[in-house]
Amino acid sequence: MQVPILKQGDYLIASIQAALTDADLLELRDELAARVGRYRSRGIIVDVTALDVMDSFAVRTLRSIAQMLKLRGAETVIVGIPPDVAFAMVQLGLTLPGVATALDLEEGLVYLDEQTKAKGGRHGGR
Amino acid sequence: MSDKPKHSLAKQPLIGIGRPVAEDIAMLLRELVSHLRQNRTQLREEWARRITEAELLTAMSKDEIFAEATSVYDNYVEVLESGSVEALEAYARNLSERIIPRGVETHEVVGIVLLLRDVLARSLFAKYQADFALLNRVLDAYEPAANRIANTVAVGFVQERERIIRQQQEAIRELSTPVLQVRERLLILPIIGVIDPQRARQLTEQLLRGIRANRAKVVVMDITGVPAIDANVANYLVQTVDASRLMGATVIVTGLSSEIAQTLVTIGVDLSKMNTVGDLQGGIEEAELLLGYKVVPVPQGEVRT
Repeated sequence: MQVPILKQGDYLIASIQAALTDADLLELRDELAARVGRYRSRGIIVDVTALDVMDSFAVRTLRSIAQMLKLRGAETVIVGIPPDVAFAMVQLGLTLPGVATALDLEEGLVYLDEQTKAKGGRHGGR
Repeated sequence: MSDKPKHSLAKQPLIGIGRPVAEDIAMLLRELVSHLRQNRTQLREEWARRITEAELLTAMSKDEIFAEATSVYDNYVEVLESGSVEALEAYARNLSERIIPRGVETHEVVGIVLLLRDVLARSLFAKYQADFALLNRVLDAYEPAANRIANTVAVGFVQERERIIRQQQEAIRELSTPVLQVRERLLILPIIGVIDPQRARQLTEQLLRGIRANRAKVVVMDITGVPAIDANVANYLVQTVDASRLMGATVIVTGLSSEIAQTLVTIGVDLSKMNTVGDLQGGIEEAELLLGYKVVPVPQGEVRT
């Protein structure tokens, strides 16, 4: 199952719709890395609202996505982690250190606007 | 008691010497019950006296003890007669409901029932002392029934106690974790009382739901009311903070008393990731700052009274 990636101004939005296999996650990572270069994006939002399970591989991949894209010059924010998933993740010790998180898509956009403004780069994506 | 005519029992055919058969037991119990009915006043008084002597039921007055003793006695005799424990169970529950709030302890309840058993056994000794074989058979019939009664009352009492404890735990649990919104996107979570694993879990779940429902960005968690903290509790706090962050909310912890701060430093819990402020007021001010609020006093002339 492929993850649709939408371009929205300076940002890319990847909205995960259903449970992903490990291969799907790796594909998402590569696709995002490629598109960040192609569109010269400044921020990426990964929306995981529809995920009801988050295993260690998924968490590690999300983290590596954030770190890779940082090296390619873009900020990543993970949005929409459901309460139960957040609790389960914490109990497993998967706390996504160093990765920005936000409540939902809207909050993620606000966060990216703040980040890009703070850097004094081009204007925000909206 | 011993002057009571014995002929009714003596006339019955004796069936064997060993264990009495069921009919024999029933007959002996009938005999027993009529004996207990006849000597009701005397035995009851004797029992009440022994209770006072043993300093049981100190929470109740003498009259109350006597009234209670009377009804227990009557129930006891009835159960001996009918062999139905249900009525006694109901009575034991009812009795427990009445006396538990008055601070009657388990050992007292068990104690009085055992005393009654002893008082009645004594009266049987006195009555049948002339005929040892008969006494033996009467006791064979009496003891299992009496023990069953003692058991029922004790179990009923303990069950009632446990029910009350469960009820109270439930009530405490429901009261314990309000998540309150004090400003747009700002929640406070005042924690009062001891945090145990179950409560910590419930607390975190409620907070996470609250964050989602109120779209909160900042949470002030006030632990002024938490009496003590250990490594486990500190760990729960860290987990709660981390989980909230995953949902995009910042947690500010307030109200760490000097004792708690000292304990945390002594046991070496790493709370460096946590945002802590001295008191609730400071926490709310800090949260307002994070949310971009600025509280400004209204100029003198415009104060509404």
